[in-house]
This record gives sequence, C-alpha cells and structure tokens, in this order.
Amino acid sequence: MSPLKRLLLYIARYKMKLAVGMLCLLSANLFKAVVPAVLQQWMDTLTQGISHSLLLRYSATVIAVAIIQSGFTFAQEGLLLGTARHVERDIKNDFYAHLQKLPLEFFQRNQTGELMARATNDMSAAVNASTEAFMYSANTIVALMIIVPLMARLSWRLTVLAFTPLLLVIIATLVLQKPMRARFEKVQESFGRISARVQEALWAARTVRAYTQEHAELESFRRISQQYVSDNLQRTRLSSLLYPLLQFFVGLSFIAVLWYGGDLTVGKNLSIGQFLEFILYLGYVAWPMHVLGWELTVLQRGMVSMGRVDSILALQPAIHDSPCPLDIRGILGSIEFRNVTFKYKETDKPALDGISFKINPGQTVGLIGAIGCGKSTLINLIPRLLEPSFGEILIDGCPVRQIPLKVLRSAVGYVPQETFLFSDTVAGNIAFANQDAVQQEIERAATDAGIASDIAAFPKGYQTLVGERGVTLSGGQKQRMSVARAILSRPAILLLDDALSSVDSYTEENVLARLRKRMQGKTCLMSSHRISTLKSVGLILVLHEGHIVEQGTHDELLAAGGLYAEMHMMQLLDEDLAAS
Amino acid sequence: MADSHDRKENLSRPYDSQLAARLLRYLYPYKWSVLGALVLTILNAPLSTAGPLLTKAAIDLFLASDPSRPPAGYVLWLKQSADLLGLKGAWQRGLVFIAILFLLANIAQSAAQYLQVVITENVGQMAIHDLRVQIFSHLQKVPIQFYDRNPMGELMTRLTTDVDALNEMLSSGMITVLGHTATALYVFGLMFRLSWPLALVSCAILLAMVVFTVWVRTIARSTFRYFRERIAEVNAFLQEHLDGMQVVQIFTREAREMKKFERINRKHCEAGTAATLRNALFYPVIEIIASIGIALIIWYGGGQVMRETVSLGTLVAFIQLAQLFYDPVTEIGSKYHALQAALASSERIFRLLDEPIAILPKKRSRRGPVRGRIEFRNVWFAYQDNDWVLKNVSFLVEPGEKVAFVGRTGAGKTTITNLLLRFHEIQRGQILFDDMDIRQMDPEDLRSNVAIVPQDIFLFSADIASNIRLGDQSISEERVKSAARQVHLDKFIVELEKGYQYEVRERGVGLSVGQKQLVGFARALAFNRPILVLDEATSSIDTRTEIQIRDAIERIIASRTALVIAHRLSTIQAMDRILVMHKGEVRESGDHKSLLARRGFYWKLHQLQFCHKLATAGEMESDN
Repeated sequence: MSPLKRLLLYIARYKMKLAVGMLCLLSANLFKAVVPAVLQQWMDTLTQGISHSLLLRYSATVIAVAIIQSGFTFAQEGLLLGTARHVERDIKNDFYAHLQKLPLEFFQRNQTGELMARATNDMSAAVNASTEAFMYSANTIVALMIIVPLMARLSWRLTVLAFTPLLLVIIATLVLQKPMRARFEKVQESFGRISARVQEALWAARTVRAYTQEHAELESFRRISQQYVSDNLQRTRLSSLLYPLLQFFVGLSFIAVLWYGGDLTVGKNLSIGQFLEFILYLGYVAWPMHVLGWELTVLQRGMVSMGRVDSILALQPAIHDSPCPLDIRGILGSIEFRNVTFKYKETDKPALDGISFKINPGQTVGLIGAIGCGKSTLINLIPRLLEPSFGEILIDGCPVRQIPLKVLRSAVGYVPQETFLFSDTVAGNIAFANQDAVQQEIERAATDAGIASDIAAFPKGYQTLVGERGVTLSGGQKQRMSVARAILSRPAILLLDDALSSVDSYTEENVLARLRKRMQGKTCLMSSHRISTLKSVGLILVLHEGHIVEQGTHDELLAAGGLYAEMHMMQLLDEDLAAS
Repeated sequence: MADSHDRKENLSRPYDSQLAARLLRYLYPYKWSVLGALVLTILNAPLSTAGPLLTKAAIDLFLASDPSRPPAGYVLWLKQSADLLGLKGAWQRGLVFIAILFLLANIAQSAAQYLQVVITENVGQMAIHDLRVQIFSHLQKVPIQFYDRNPMGELMTRLTTDVDALNEMLSSGMITVLGHTATALYVFGLMFRLSWPLALVSCAILLAMVVFTVWVRTIARSTFRYFRERIAEVNAFLQEHLDGMQVVQIFTREAREMKKFERINRKHCEAGTAATLRNALFYPVIEIIASIGIALIIWYGGGQVMRETVSLGTLVAFIQLAQLFYDPVTEIGSKYHALQAALASSERIFRLLDEPIAILPKKRSRRGPVRGRIEFRNVWFAYQDNDWVLKNVSFLVEPGEKVAFVGRTGAGKTTITNLLLRFHEIQRGQILFDDMDIRQMDPEDLRSNVAIVPQDIFLFSADIASNIRLGDQSISEERVKSAARQVHLDKFIVELEKGYQYEVRERGVGLSVGQKQLVGFARALAFNRPILVLDEATSSIDTRTEIQIRDAIERIIASRTALVIAHRLSTIQAMDRILVMHKGEVRESGDHKSLLARRGFYWKLHQLQFCHKLATAGEMESDN
C-alpha cells in the first residue's frame, strides 16, 4: 500500500465532515463574489446620482455578506482542519496499537527516539501537509470556477488578457520547484552534518580537552557552519525569487486590465462600475493561483513523512497467536528446550546454539554465566518475547507457538534484567499485572519481595508516585519492586533474569528464602552471574558463549573443577579483596 | 506539571524585551546590510501604492473625467508630463503612458523586494552562524561536569533546532515588521491627503483590528498552552511505553494500556481541535471588520462624491489602499506564534551562554623547560558531597619515572588522571606539576604537557591520519606514520582500503577494541608530550593483540614520565613503582617483586588475575 493510499483510507472515515466542509468552502466563495457586484452597482449609480438610503443599503449588504461569508469560512476551516486532528489521532492510535504487537527484537533494533520522531513530527507533518494542500488547492479551484465566468461575463477578451500572466505564475512555480527542492535537500544534508558534528564534539569533550584541541575543533565547526550558511543562501537566492516574481506577474495582470479595460471603459463597452468590479475579481483570484503549483511540493514532502510512518505500520508482527491455537486454559509449568538456536539479525554468531534441557513442574533451576553468554536471550524465549531461529520450546509438552499468547504470558511471572517501572504509584506498579488485586495481596507480594519496609518509609506509602515526579528509587529497590510485580498473581512459572544483582547479598538471601516459600510447587528459572545466588538451587546450568557447558548441583560442579569451579574461586577471592 | 509551565511563562514575560534586545545585538556587525534592507523596504512602500494611485489617475483623467473638477496634485503632474511627451488629447496613448509607468513601478518593486529578501536572509544566516559558533565555543569552556549534568540530546537541540528557530526572527521577522509598519504609515499619509475623513475612518478600523488581534492572542494563549501540555502528555506516554514495551507485553497489559493511550490521545485531539477553532476565528473576524471599513467608504465616500468633494478615482483608490493598509496587521498577527517560539528558544540559548565557564582568567604561564614531576599532596576528592572517592592520597612521580596504579574497579584510579588534567577541582590538598600548584596554571598549558590514552578511545568520523593528529596541523604526515609504525598500527592500516585515508565511521564502528586502542597509542606518540597517562582497557583482547599492545606500551613510555592504570598485571611488571589503590586510598607501594613478597593486597590481586588467566585459557580451549 502506498503512503498516500493509506492516508486516504484514514481520511475517508470522515467523508461526511469533509463533504460539509467543502460545501462551506463553496458557499464562502460564492458570497465573496457578491461584494464586487454590489460595488459595481454602487459606482454606476453614483455617477448618475444616488439617494442616501440606497447608500446605506449597499453598506448594509456588504457587511451582511461579509458576516455570512466569514461564518462559512470559519465552518470550513473548523471542519477541514478539525478532521486533520481526528485523522492524526486515528493514525497515532493505530501506530501505538501496532507497536504493542511488535516483538522485543524490534525494540532492541530501533531506538526509542527514532520511533518517537515518527510518531510525533512525521505524523503531524504528513497530516498537516496533506490537509493544507487539499484545502488551499480546493479553495483556489472553487474560486476560479466561480469567478472566471463572472469576469468573462463582463468581457471575455479582458479575462483572457488578465489570465495570461497568471498562467505564467503557475508555470514559474512549477519550474522553480525542482531546483528549489534540490537546494533544499542540500541544506538538509548540511544541517545533518552540523548535528553529527555537534554530537561528536559533545561525546569527545574529554578527548578534545585532554589534547588541547579546542581551537581546532572550533575551526572545524566554523567551517561546517559556514558551509551550511552558504548552502542556505544558495537556496534563498532561488526561493526568494518566487515571491517578487509572482508579484511581478500579478502586477502585469493589473496593468493589462488598466490598459485594455481602460480602453473598453472609455469606449463605453464597460461601465466604470464594471471596471472596478473586474479589478476586484482579479484581486480575489490572483494570489491563490500560485498555490496550485506550490501545494504539490508540500504534498510530496508530507508523503515522505507518511512513508516513514507507513514503514512501521506495514511491518508484520513476527510473534502472534498461531492460526489454530490449542485450547489451553492453564499451565502446570514444565519447560523443555529441544535443540534451540537463536541468532540476532545483525550478528553472524548465534547467541544460543543447540540448547536442550528440561525443567519439571515445581523445579527450580539456576542459570549462570558471564555477561553476554546468552542468559537473557534464553529467558526471553520462554514467554515468546523472542522466537527461536531453530529448535522447539515446549511448555507442559505443547509447543509454545501453539499456546495462546495471553494464556502463556499470564502464566509467567517475569523479572527482566533491566527493571522498568512506570510513572505510577507504588501500588499501581506492583498491581500492573492485575489491576483488580486487593491491597492485602499487594502488600503480601511486597513483603515477600522484601520491599515492604522500604515502601512503609515512603511519604505516601503505597500511594507514592514512582519516577520523575515521585520518589527516586535505588537500583535495589527497583529490582525488588519488579519482583513483587512478578509474583503478585502467583504465576506457574517465575523467571528471574539477574533480578537481584543490585541488592546486597544479605537482603538477597532473605528475599530468596521468602520467594522459595511463596513459590512452593511453582517452576522457577533464575539466572545470575553471582554464584552465591544459585548455590542452593537443585540444578545449575552453566552457559558459556551460547552453549550449556556444564550442569549439576553446586557441589557436583565444584567437584568437576571446570568453568564453574573457576568462577567460584574468582568470586571468593574478589569478595575477600573487597572485604579487606 | 501545569504549575511549572505557568510559572515559566509568567517569569519569561517581563524579559521578552530584554531577550529581543540581546538578540538584536547579533545584528550589529551587519548594521550596514540591515540599513540597506530597511531603505529598500521603505522604498517599497511608495512602489506598492503605485497601482491604486495610477488607477485613480486613469479614472479621473480618462475613464470618468469630470470637466467640473480639474485635475490636481500628482494627477495634474501626470497629465502635464503626458502632454509634454506629445500625447495630448489622445486618451488611448494616455492610458498606455500610465500603463508603462505602472509596469516600471512593478519592475522596480519586484527588484527591490528581491534584493531586500536576499539581504535580510544573508544577515540572518550570518548572525545565526555567529551565534552557533559562540555556543559551540562556550560549550568547550564550561566545566566538564556540565556534560554529566545535561543530557546530550538537550545540548544538541540548543545548537540545532533552537538556533534555527531564531533564523526567521532575526532575518525576515524584524525587517518584515518594520517594513509593514513603514508601509502602513505611508499608506495612511496618502489616504490622509486624498481625503482625510475617509483616512480617519480607515484608521478607526485598523485600530479595531489591532485590538482584536491582541485580544485573540491573549485568550488563545491558555488554549495553546493546554494543547502543548496534552502533546507533552502523549509524548511522555509513548516514550515510557516504548521503553517498557517488554513489560507491557509480558504482563499482557496491551488492551488496558491501549485504552489509556486512546484516552490521552483523545484529549490531545480535542485540545488540538479547540486550538484550531480559535485560530480559524481570526481571519473571518478580521474580514468582517475590514468589510465594515468598505461599508463606511461606500456610505460616507458615496455621499462625498454626490457632494462632489471626492472624485470617483479617489474612491476606487481608497478601496484598494484600504487592503494594503490592513495587510500588515494580519501579517504581524499571524507571525505572533513564531515570535513567541523564537523568544522561548533564545531564552534557552542565553541560559546556556550564561553558564559560567570553568577556569576564568589566564593564570601565569610556567617558565623554563618542562621536567614532568608530579606530586599529589594529601588530596581529598568527592564528586558529590562527602562521598569521598580519594581520601588523603599522596604520592610523588619523579621526571622520567614510570608508575603504575592497580586496584579493583572503583578504587579511584581513573579519578587520579581526571584530577591531574584538572577536569575536576579537588576539595582538599594540592596537586603539583613541576612544583607548581596546578590551580595556578592555565589549564591549557597544563594539559599540553600530558598525552592521555583513555580506557575508551574516542574515534572521530574522519580518516585514520586525522584521528591520530586530531586537529593539530603541525603534526606532519611523516610523524603520523612513524607513530603508527612504532605501535604496530601500520600493519593493520596497510590492509585497509585507503590506508591512512580510510574513513572511520561514527565512533569507530567497524574497528576492534584492540585496533582502537592502537590508534589511541599512536595519537599519544604523535603528540610527543613529556607526560603520558595510560588507562588500559579492561575488555579482553586476543593474545596476539595483547602482545603487540604490551610492546607498544613499552615503546611509548620509554623516554617519558608515565602514569599507567593497569588492569592486566602482566603489563606493569616492568614499572619502576606500583601504587596499590583500594577504596580511595593508597594501600601499598613498591615494585612488583617486593609487593608480591609482602603477600598483602597486591598478592591477592595477582592471584585473582592468575585465576582469570586460567579461566580464559579454558575458554579458548573450549572454543577450539
């Protein structure tokens, strides 16, 4: 689907409003055409003598017409521009709804700022540009359709003569457009270089100062800025031509009317009033003419923006319910990986390579390995935040792809490595999964996550706002809040991705003990790079560069004297050092 | 949030004129161009009224000549010149004469306008350029902590979007306003001469328009503020939910969050519609007021014509002039928002420019040759309050001595180099360079004696050679190459597509950590400074590169005073002295052997590294 077509589909929802708006536009133009006719009568009667009451009547007519016409103009702008707001709202809603369906990988690949730019600047640019182009072009065309016959009625020769320079207006606009766009793009490019240079200078602030290169930096920036200035001036030398040129052509029209129209008037083929009427009509249509050529550019630029929005909307969500999902209502909690391989798009080496293991319902399994060994990727595969490249993942013996997403994810309590809390109250954050949770449940979850006493110390307890506008939480507090959120609805499967890394080891031990009690009979997979966290876990998988290299209990792994044993020794030594 | 917004706007009000005055100062260097543009604008005023006036002359002389009213003023003059040219009596030729005059005026007006726009754009762009360079230069002088305090995106905005927002105001904005005012005054004078009662009527209408414009803008202010707040709300929601999409998905809250978004988005839409309606009201009402003006001309002017005090031509001219008279008000009214936005931008820019710069006056320069002796005397330092990062640290590095700093992450090693380069000010104690307190020195003088290879080498998007010499053109091609050769960088450069002219992409993407580090070493060598500071990278590098790096380090520290922060103990065994840092203090000091013999902190660190070695060796085996 082309961007324009998609935009038109959105606009089509408001056809009634648009139709009424167009009707208003037509009416406004019709009424506008009345004034010159009134003035013509006025002037012609003036030359023959006129009564005061007639003068008053003409005056009243002009004001009445202006009021009606203004009413229509107001309604027209309100309807057409108001539609633009609604269209923007609709696209934005769909944009966000669509983003909610896109997988984690999409968000890892695309920066938030980049997506935000599309949702804000691009979207309103596209909608505004198309509305503007539509409204102004329609206005010009309607005005021409009404006024040209009225002018031709007075003298068609004079009309042809007056419009010849105006056609030049359109031609000039069209001719200038292409080189102007080229120069405009050059300016944009220059601007991009300035941005890049500034960004680099900010990143490199320390290097520049350490090597005392401030002066050279400034010089290089000055050069780039100068280039931008000269590109800009190149553009303005051309674009500044447009307006005076239009003025010149419009002036030519008036000269033609003065000369030939004057001729007609002296020759009594045109009354003095009609001469005035003609001049006024010309005034109405002369300026809007250039819009016809210009709005094409505006529309094109708007479509570039729409294209950027469209490229997101056109993405097929990679992870969705299977067309024939299994009828599963609840989940017991066994997890099995069968030869699972996962590769991120840009990398050559798989992040996970041929992983196989099985966790029984109610079992707790630990996952250990250095940073970047694939722990988070593995955990993200279970609730289908990511999809394996090869192999299969089974939950309760069913392939995850065939379990309805809602059932699967509702059965999983997940504490991500990077905690994310919303700017909501403490209670709202903990009850994120289940807004109907009662206060008692929330408090119990908080207690079990070891955050209850912290919350009690907040100014408004559970009603305290979190984030910029509320309390600032420490890394450890955020993590425990995140744990409370995950365990609130007692999920069948709990996934902890290095979830307590910022919590001190004493608190960690406490939280883990309470969690064990609460999660009795539930499946739990917890990853960590700290051995102390996993020591007491029944089965530990040692992950190294995408492979499971060892597995067993803490004691078995120590006895084996492999990677795990080395990591253990290093951590012991490090703790020893830290304590000294 | 609404409150803080209110306060901001209220505070900014009284300063608007000050901001505008400060902005105007940037036009001062271009005063002659500004003056030229102004002259052209003022010249434009009579030219733009040529149309209506010539039309009046044509009507009064030819189209509806009234024998009872002899021509007067400029119309008489026109008639006389036409007669002089031998066009007497023939009205066709008389019309041609007037048309030609109109054409000349038209050409002159278009040309004057073009010139004026080009000149003002020129001035605006140059002034903006000056401002941009000034901000950039200021950013290089503010204390380095300023960068930690302010998000980079925001600083970027100052130098790009904000500066550009001023463009219109500095170029077309000011001169358009002045030009329009000039035109309005001129037109008024003309109207006054043609018929003073009619002129006064038009003036009353203009006044009504001005009052209305001011009123509309005042009441629109709160509508627009509400609209902007709704935009901010939508943006904040999107930002937050894009960042936390993983959480929304995993807790299957899509439907509920969608509802929330729809609500916020609807409010935004409603606010936008309200603002649109307010805006849509402006032109229609102006038009109604203008029509009252026309109606008054019809009524009053008509009466005057009947009493034969005003000619028909004058009436036609009046109707056309009235339009010219009202245009400036609508024009200035429609620019109001851009003006407000520009003032807001300029306020943010000036706040940045008023940020005090780091170290003010140029302190006395050091005399005599540099020896390179460094001493820390009871130095205490904290980034924040009493959170001491260095506690009473003292050490002395003699010229030519090579000293290593070791310790766990967070022991305060990198802080020492930052303090030595005076990126931060210490709270207590003294740092001496060649026996002079560094606070007494010009920081540029201090830094130009030190070459630093930081942990994270910053590469610019420029070619390799420029990345080695940075901006210093005094470093010859030969010296760049010899530096690269000495650190074994040349072998890898030769393999690159364009050799030394290979364009490094943004932040060195595409080069390995080891290669970047070698570029950093080459840079330090090319600058050939008496003191060298190395902050070794922690990330693991393959053995071949590591051997090369170790060799490179040995070469570059050979004839210099060197401070080396070592993460790999293997590289520091050859150092003269090793300082063991722990929790902001110097715990042990001595050479490798004596420290090992002590079996203290250093020994434990060494054990840990030894283990790590084993572990990485194990990794390599499992890889194969």
